[in-house]
Amino acid sequence: MKLIIAIIKPFKLEEVKEALAAAGIEGMTVTEVKGFGRQKGHTEIYRGSEYTVDFLPKVKVEIAVANDAAGKAVDTIVKAAKTGKIGDGKVFVLPLEEVVRIRTDERGESAV
Amino acid sequence: MKLISAIIKPFKLEEVKAALAEVGVEGMTVTEVKGFGRQKGHTEIYRGSEYTVDFLPKVKIEVAVADGVAGNAINAIVASAKTGKIGDGKIFVVPLEEVVRIRTDERGETAI
Amino acid sequence: MNKTRKPSLRFLIAAGLALLASLSAFAQTASPTAPLPPPPTPKDSEVLQSMGAYFQNTDPSAAFAAYKDKDGNLPKGFTAPTLGVAGPGHNGWMMTSAALVLFMTLPGLALFYGGLVRTKNVLSVMAQCLGIAGLVTILWWAFGYSLVFGKNFGSAFLGGSEFFFLRGVDSAPNADYGAWVSHNVFAMYQLMFAIITPALIVGAIAERMKFSAVLLFVTVWMFVVYFPLAHMVWGVTGLMNGVWNSGAAIKAIDFAGGTVVHMSSGWSALILCLILGPRLGFGKTPMPPHSLVLCMVGTGMLWVGWYGFNAGSAVAADGVAANAFTTTTLATAVASFTWAALEYLLRGKASVLGFCSGAVAGLVVVTPACGFITSSLSVPLGIIAGAVPFFACTKLKPLFGYDDALDTFGVHAIGGTLGALLTGLFARNAANANLATNLKDKVTDAFGQPLVIEQLKAIGLTLALAVVSTVVIAYVVKAVVGLRPTVESEQEGLDLSDHGEEGYIYEAKA
Repeated sequence: MKLIIAIIKPFKLEEVKEALAAAGIEGMTVTEVKGFGRQKGHTEIYRGSEYTVDFLPKVKVEIAVANDAAGKAVDTIVKAAKTGKIGDGKVFVLPLEEVVRIRTDERGESAV
Repeated sequence: MKLISAIIKPFKLEEVKAALAEVGVEGMTVTEVKGFGRQKGHTEIYRGSEYTVDFLPKVKIEVAVADGVAGNAINAIVASAKTGKIGDGKIFVVPLEEVVRIRTDERGETAI
Repeated sequence: MNKTRKPSLRFLIAAGLALLASLSAFAQTASPTAPLPPPPTPKDSEVLQSMGAYFQNTDPSAAFAAYKDKDGNLPKGFTAPTLGVAGPGHNGWMMTSAALVLFMTLPGLALFYGGLVRTKNVLSVMAQCLGIAGLVTILWWAFGYSLVFGKNFGSAFLGGSEFFFLRGVDSAPNADYGAWVSHNVFAMYQLMFAIITPALIVGAIAERMKFSAVLLFVTVWMFVVYFPLAHMVWGVTGLMNGVWNSGAAIKAIDFAGGTVVHMSSGWSALILCLILGPRLGFGKTPMPPHSLVLCMVGTGMLWVGWYGFNAGSAVAADGVAANAFTTTTLATAVASFTWAALEYLLRGKASVLGFCSGAVAGLVVVTPACGFITSSLSVPLGIIAGAVPFFACTKLKPLFGYDDALDTFGVHAIGGTLGALLTGLFARNAANANLATNLKDKVTDAFGQPLVIEQLKAIGLTLALAVVSTVVIAYVVKAVVGLRPTVESEQEGLDLSDHGEEGYIYEAKA
């Protein structure tokens, strides 16, 4: 199994969610995060004090998938989240040793 | 590749960011989290009702790095986040199978 | 981390409160009664003339001059329906004004400052404003009012002891200050000024001064700076009360407190902020305002409350108050617009904080002038009021690198000083007939009138008193209780370390 972590632009969340649902992937965890990469931040000035805001608001989507669904899931996210502009984000794929559904104690791919 | 997650004291974020930039790590994801470890929380009293706040505000930093950079990145985080007092936080290192840059669809280490 | 207070300190506070309660026994009014000959009865025409004084806001007893002895006292037992009572309109306006001025501090200033600090310190500035309101009220009741508005010391520098514990301060007017306003209303109205003045200092030392140190500093500062200065400027025997004291050594004018309130707090704030040192991480970590929404809400309350401060300073609902109301409105609106316009010209965007800062700067600058200038001169005053503090906050502060966290110096010291000077240039007889008596040689209706020199003297004296006193008081407080919290407390935020509370809790705590 794989844990797929995608850092995307916040306004792309709905599109990514719908695209994943269309690809048969239903569950996900969403976190509001701040991201910092090649995209430049902006400056704010308060009474002459200038602050550079490097960290921009991003959304982190986490999904757990079976091994053979991982490639499709990554492609789906990349396609839905892409604007072609800097700051589109990244997708990370991590090996996942075990998944447990708390309600039923199911383990492994059936719990995904 | 490795995904490095560090839980640090919030006011250390800027220092850690600068230290990572020095070892060539530019991008990161930052999340406001609550932590609970050996550090004691504090007590708040509102009109006689007392609350013990065990979970203290922390910042979680996630950076993806090539295998050869991981050691330097970890050392940079430790050096910059350390105050020597309890509650300095922890660093976790997780193997990373794949990274995709959404804008260009680049894969692997070039996408970091 | 939570510190346990020393039992001895706790005991001292409890003992102090008990002492205050027992002292109030002294406040009972003594009313000596002696057998008297029957007093004369006033004629109807004299009573009618006396009632007319209500509309003119003049002394109602003047109509009974025929019955007065050579010291100007009416016979014992002499009564008339206009004597010893407040005029309902004037008194009503002054109670409203007193409430408006309190509203400037609680919650106006508390929200304005609270919005400008970081989330972890929002409650600390509110606690400082609340703490000052309570503390100063006690000081005012016990000694402050008498030291400012009493006169039995016969001193140009400090009032008297006759009103200690507000003894004899009842609902009958005190003709020295308001012929138609209850003495107790006048005392409460002036109390609100005494509360907001030290609260303004909070802006320069925000986010890094211990609560105990703030309260101790304010206690001493009120006795050394505020009470003497307020007497000098507003007391009938005051050194700098040019309008009402014919024997004033400095014939300066200050309608609502440019020197007493804004210069004194602003310059003291700069000195205290320099002695305290900058906030941890100042210049390295970002410290933007946590809520400009609160800041805007506070600004609106300050502006509204300031009508009580400025127009109320006429101590009557008369034509002088009406003129002050008008000049306050014009100067403030123009200054707010000017500050934001300068931002737009110099960096392309007009900001909410800019509009707010400009409004407060306009209010500060027009404060000493509002009852003495005409509406047409309040517009250029507003332009200068928007521009000069703008450059003080955005250019001077970065140039010298002092950490005036919320710009108390840039707005109140610079604005108050500027206001005192502009009052000298802009005061006109057409705006206030009282300028034509003791000041007729000083106010000649020209920009270069001799009043300017008197204003400069008042500025110099106020500045020197505020600066020198603050240096001494700050080092005394530092030696006694220390000024700053521990590094851990400052990092954690003063809300938790000093008060054990958080400003924002979005979820129920388990």
